[in-house]
Amino acid sequence: MKITQGTFSFLPDLTDEQITKQVQYALDNNWPVSVEYTDDPHPRNSYWEMYGLPMFDIKDAAGVMDTVRKAIAEHKNEYVKVNAFDARRGRQTTALSFIVNRPDPEPGFRLERTGGADRQMRYTLHAYATDKPEGERYHE
Amino acid sequence: MKIESAGNGTAPKEKSRWTSGVSLYADMGYWDADYEPKATDVLCAFRITPQPGVDPIEAAAAVAGESSTATWTVVWTDRLTDHTRYQAKAYRCDPVPGNPEQFIALIAYDIDLFEEGSIANLTSSIIGNVFGFKALKALRLEDMRIPVAYVKTFPGPPHGIVMEREYLNKFGRPLLGATVKPKLGLSAKNYGRVVYEALRGGLDFTKDDENINSQPFMRWRDRYLFCMEAVNRAEAASGEVKGHYLNVTAATMEDMYERAEFAKALGSVIIMEDLTVGFTAMASMSKWARKNGMILHLHRAGHGTYTRQKSHGVSFRVIAKWCRLLGVDHIHAGTVVGKLEGDPNTTAGFYDILREDFIPANPLHGVYFDQEWCALGAVMPVASGGIHAGQMHQLLHYLGEDVVLQFGGGTIGHPDGIAAGAIANRVALEAMILARNEGVDYMNKGLEILENAAKSCKPLAHALDVWKDITFDYASTDMPDVAVTPNY
Repeated sequence: MKITQGTFSFLPDLTDEQITKQVQYALDNNWPVSVEYTDDPHPRNSYWEMYGLPMFDIKDAAGVMDTVRKAIAEHKNEYVKVNAFDARRGRQTTALSFIVNRPDPEPGFRLERTGGADRQMRYTLHAYATDKPEGERYHE
Repeated sequence: MKIESAGNGTAPKEKSRWTSGVSLYADMGYWDADYEPKATDVLCAFRITPQPGVDPIEAAAAVAGESSTATWTVVWTDRLTDHTRYQAKAYRCDPVPGNPEQFIALIAYDIDLFEEGSIANLTSSIIGNVFGFKALKALRLEDMRIPVAYVKTFPGPPHGIVMEREYLNKFGRPLLGATVKPKLGLSAKNYGRVVYEALRGGLDFTKDDENINSQPFMRWRDRYLFCMEAVNRAEAASGEVKGHYLNVTAATMEDMYERAEFAKALGSVIIMEDLTVGFTAMASMSKWARKNGMILHLHRAGHGTYTRQKSHGVSFRVIAKWCRLLGVDHIHAGTVVGKLEGDPNTTAGFYDILREDFIPANPLHGVYFDQEWCALGAVMPVASGGIHAGQMHQLLHYLGEDVVLQFGGGTIGHPDGIAAGAIANRVALEAMILARNEGVDYMNKGLEILENAAKSCKPLAHALDVWKDITFDYASTDMPDVAVTPNY
């Protein structure tokens, strides 16, 4: 399976050039870019690990891309995403967020059901990857 | 200037303000050309069509009178009050360009006239009696400026656009939805099948239609159970947060709360209600939704009966303001390109009113007053009705990024099935966002972008084959009076 979080998960994997153009778009909007990675793909995992602080002061896409490439190289078998942050009043939230690297294969999720009274069901989403301890997921 | 009375008969010429009998509304203080609106006043723009022979200024004064303190005759008990404060004041009355029958009257209401945080009270005053007033052939409330002091007495959306996006973990693109079709008749299990296919295919949301409540062919509780199975299965298949708008519209508030509580117990992220439940019921659900962490979607069922005709009723821009104040997270606001009414400029005005924090007066969009929302949450507009993947560039151009695009027929009617329809829509959307961000002239190269994306996505190729040429090109009935005139 392929998890489809992020802005561009339904397209073929973005090339380095395509990622650069999206980074440029973010910088043109004055949105600082940040990179995050994780090996826990649960959709409610709000806190992926930060690959350094948001790059508030880097104004050219080439500089940002150095960091993006480094993050991908260091976390080849994990999910890596690029975020852009809009700090304007009324927004103050993520403006763009897309996955630039993913493990292969992605084992996906098990849906656990706990039956209750009156046909009510309690659902829990369980990522197969998280059966292993952090740091040992997605490795042979 | 001789003024004909808007009441029954002609007022005596030398009558004092307090002599018993009938006076002109304009003479009783409901017209004041020198009035300067206060920052705390509620301001209204009415489109008035007086009966033949009725002076427009007297008609404007009559509207001010009948929507505030006046009755048809002088009452001495006015003198027990600070009546000049409570009288609404018509302060401008201008002819509508190109339409000699109609006038735009601006009327100011003191903030003391209205109960804090109550749309029911605001509307009972402003659109209470006056729309049936005999001296007018027709009357339309075009716009309303809500003063900040009054705005601050309302809760606004339970979550707002920013919180909804953080809650769903979806950024940088419009959200995608679909209404389950056929809207009536499916059993609960078959209904859930449509939900599952559409969500696993790639939509973020599916939706009950406005008239799906709890009918004999499918009771609400059964629908909720099957829909939540579908939602959870789709989350597991995609690793994304998904939702189905469970419609809690019912005959009584007690029933609505019962359904909402059950949706919560099942773990739904979103519920919906219809405009037909009324402003007080909507305000109650808004409170409940904020208290229970539930996104609240509103279907504007019925609004076309009073928003569509330009001469009479209430403009949707006013309904949009009331709904933002009392608090909904989503509201249907037009598609421009789809099957339902929607002039591009008028629709742009609606979208601004729902999403922006400050909206300047803009006659080109039909917006009469500056509106300051003062950090009131933003409402996510929903575009639904006769739209399909082949229009993605136009939808993005006209409606922007903070919008839910709902393709009902455009998902479920796909020749290869519902999931294929959903994939086509999602791929079309992401391809268009990617191109826009890269600086491509996506509005003009829209079809090219879609056809390119379709090379690696068969469902999109099939969707384009079927729907590419479908448009709904009819003249709008609700357009601004002012248009951009080209300079030669």
